[in-house]
Amino acid sequence: MNEPTVTLQVTRYRPEQDSAPSPQAFTIPYRQDWVVLDALNYIKDQLDGTLTFRWSCRMGVCGSCGMMVNGVPKLTCAAFLRDYYPHAIRVEPLANFPIMRDLVIDMSDFLHKLRSVKPWIIRETEKPVSEGEYLQTPEELDAYKQFSMCINCMLCYAACPVYGLEPTFLGPAAIALGYRYNLDSRDEGRKERQPIIASHAGIWECTFVGECSVVCPKSVDPAAAIQRSKVTTAMDWFKSVLLPWGER
Amino acid sequence: MNASTSATPKLYHPKMPATWWLKHPAYFLFMMRELSSVFIALFLVVFLIQIYQLTRGPEAYAAVMRRLGSPGWISFHVVALLFALYHSLTWFTLTSKVQVVRVRGKEVPPSLVTGANIGVWLVLSLVILVVFLVA
Repeated sequence: MNEPTVTLQVTRYRPEQDSAPSPQAFTIPYRQDWVVLDALNYIKDQLDGTLTFRWSCRMGVCGSCGMMVNGVPKLTCAAFLRDYYPHAIRVEPLANFPIMRDLVIDMSDFLHKLRSVKPWIIRETEKPVSEGEYLQTPEELDAYKQFSMCINCMLCYAACPVYGLEPTFLGPAAIALGYRYNLDSRDEGRKERQPIIASHAGIWECTFVGECSVVCPKSVDPAAAIQRSKVTTAMDWFKSVLLPWGER
Repeated sequence: MNASTSATPKLYHPKMPATWWLKHPAYFLFMMRELSSVFIALFLVVFLIQIYQLTRGPEAYAAVMRRLGSPGWISFHVVALLFALYHSLTWFTLTSKVQVVRVRGKEVPPSLVTGANIGVWLVLSLVILVVFLVA
């Protein structure tokens, strides 16, 4: 009996020989329990060892295996072949990023932007270790928990046309993570992050397309983080006008 | 030093085509939402002209209303109304993203916030319609 197969149209870009990326078709055995990442690993192990792509945990935690699957940003470890079978599946590198090789993108712009929002707890004065940890109530944890689930997979950047058109845009994940620390009751660093987050290239560049939240595999909802940041920043401005002598 | 490993990789920078918004239904709807503001602005200009003509007397107002009764202007108003309705719906969807409503410490589901907004919007629209028809 003929074994069922499925075809993957995979983007190839070999910088030493190609001037532009082009698709290459691979026909592989179809397994109902395989994800696109399994298919790529099959190609690498059995058909073409030069195919290059990032992956690590295979369980939606590391955020390494994000790619465009039929034009939609997906973690390939969570994109089942059965959801596309029997049609051919197009696998491309994440949109809106420079391509290094095959399915590997250059993420340095994202890493630079992520660092710029200082995604860590900032204290005006650190208390000595002997005084113990900074305690938090369950309600205080709930206030930011959703935004702390980001795995830096960059699917939201690939889904954001604003980032594609304006590469200076700080982007969904970086703003969501900055907002996550602003919401943290242990943090005192909002004033340090505000010049970056509330800049023209920050929240005000966002036109609320909303696809960042749709594609997020962790339901972080960066679009909500950006819109809420706009409200709090606008409130800052009103306070500074109405209460110029008060605390800003 | 090995030249093949030390060289900076040649990156390929993809360009977004001008038709990017036609490639995904969500992007298309986003562009329609943005386009809706043009029709709403045009409607407001027409509305201001109506008010201006009203200040000039009943004849001037009747003249502008006659012109607005033409099939072209009625079509424009139907399209503007559809865009205004679509824009309003996207706005009420946005409110639940922006406004986190808590009742006794628990977050109210976003769908309920959006639903309540749309409900109030429909009731107020109905009240205005009734007042307009009675008057």
